[in-house]
Amino acid sequence: MSVETSAVETDSTSADFMASVSSSEKQNRVSGFAISDEVVLETKDVNVYYGNHHALHDTSLAFHKDEITALIGPSGCGKSTFLRSLNLMNREIRGCRVDGEIEYRGHNINTPSENLYELRKSIGMVFQQPNPFHMSIYDNITFAPRRHGVRGKDVLDQMVEESLRGAALWDEVKDKLDKSAFALSGGQQQRLCIARTLAVHPDVILFDEPCSALDPISTLAIEDLMRNVVKDRAIVIVTHNMEQASRVSNRTAFFYMGDMVEYGETEQIFQRPNDARLNDYLTGMFS
Amino acid sequence: MAKQMPKRNLEKVGLGVTGACVVLVTLVVLALIIMVAQKGLSAFFKDGVNIAGFFGGTKWDLSNSDQNGMPYTGALPLIVTSFSVTILSTIIALPVSLGSAIFAVEIRPRFGSKVFQPLIELLTGIPSVVFGLIGFHVVVGACKAIFGVSTGLGILPGSIVLAVMILPTVTTLSIDALRAVPDGYRQGSLALGYTRWQTIWHVVLKSALPSLMTAVILGMTRAFGETLAVRMVIGGIEKMPTGLLDAASTITTTLTTSMAVYAEGSAQDDILWALGLLLMGMSLIFILIIHLIGRKGAKARG
Repeated sequence: MSVETSAVETDSTSADFMASVSSSEKQNRVSGFAISDEVVLETKDVNVYYGNHHALHDTSLAFHKDEITALIGPSGCGKSTFLRSLNLMNREIRGCRVDGEIEYRGHNINTPSENLYELRKSIGMVFQQPNPFHMSIYDNITFAPRRHGVRGKDVLDQMVEESLRGAALWDEVKDKLDKSAFALSGGQQQRLCIARTLAVHPDVILFDEPCSALDPISTLAIEDLMRNVVKDRAIVIVTHNMEQASRVSNRTAFFYMGDMVEYGETEQIFQRPNDARLNDYLTGMFS
Repeated sequence: MAKQMPKRNLEKVGLGVTGACVVLVTLVVLALIIMVAQKGLSAFFKDGVNIAGFFGGTKWDLSNSDQNGMPYTGALPLIVTSFSVTILSTIIALPVSLGSAIFAVEIRPRFGSKVFQPLIELLTGIPSVVFGLIGFHVVVGACKAIFGVSTGLGILPGSIVLAVMILPTVTTLSIDALRAVPDGYRQGSLALGYTRWQTIWHVVLKSALPSLMTAVILGMTRAFGETLAVRMVIGGIEKMPTGLLDAASTITTTLTTSMAVYAEGSAQDDILWALGLLLMGMSLIFILIIHLIGRKGAKARG
């Protein structure tokens, strides 16, 4: 584990978090918490810069199959920046640079030659504001599959039904597939965006504060949905809502001022935080 | 409460003044429409000009009379020329406008808002006579040299000059249309594996389509009504154009040329008013189309 030793040598914050990682691993073994060993996506010493601003420091995290990982922390802590690095969305921002390795199924994707457009088929993303396209519900779902070469009405029809069922939206919209997506409520629109992502069968889905624009009932519906779709894939969610993180996630990582401070099993993070800053954050000393 | 009295009076004065402005504008607009309509229609109902002949006839000659003592009032050549320059100039201007709008919004947004847009807005302020002058010396000269024709006047140079003139309108409105597309659409599309270009094509342009169509129609309205610059390069001969480099005349240019020639109340004078009515009707139709597009867009957004 060369990464671990170098991190320990270089700064104490990383050392803290490494210690917390190893302690939580021990706890996992003790508590017998069902975790999968299969790592789908892993970052090694990822740094993100916006121009001269160093927004994220040496972040190493692993995301496992069948697991939801929550990224929490105060505004501006770098959690969204980190999330947007995972599908290389940061490349669309002028002046943004991402250093370090991002390994998707064992292969570093943070290289200039990486095919972003194929990659984003495997690593989907759902945004804070529901952002269905200005087209029919049906076309919203078939939008991505068509780009990735899926043809034929039967295949597409089936795909639409599967995706909408997957996003628990089918029964509500099956009679109005040709209607504009804007006719749906905010919560339905967000589920449509999830369905749209499911249509290309991603391995990883990144959620960037998916419920912050939604009412409580829609929020619970999205959380249920996340638990259902996490089967056979990894989910990473950025959230400001601590209850949400504790409700849905298997593991949680706490970010503070550009550092990934503590990472562990969600129960441990919320019940027995190691880092004082995390403890302060959880007890509402700052937000 | 004595202090409040003058205030209340002021409110009344305010109401009176602003209300009077509205009444004035309404009266002017109504008077304008009624006058043009009455004068224009009297060509058909008082002087007995054949409506079908006006829209379908191909011989326009006000200074000579046919066997019934009526001037030749077939306006079809003028209508055809007007529509030709309008459509052709739009065809020339649209790709350039759209291309530069895409570059200025999607590809180099800072250059777009800091450099390009001020530059293009500068173009809006140039008087049309200057465009006409440049058109006469440069475009007409070029047409003469390139196509080897004797005058170089006609629909083609007219359309080129008009294209340059409507370019700023169409470009600025297209830029606004593209900017109005929410960023979430672009991000959503990129996150689904669309490339930047595919995102622009399938998402941005598609969502901006109603506003882009409005931009185009406003450009066409301007092209249809523009007179002076066109008059300087089109040749001003009222006959059915047979080619793009054939001297012709639009509805507007004929109006300016013949305006002061005929006595008021004569059939010739009335028929010119009918041309004015036609122009007004066309611009009304253009505006109606814009409203329909806007309403359809609003409906699609739910």
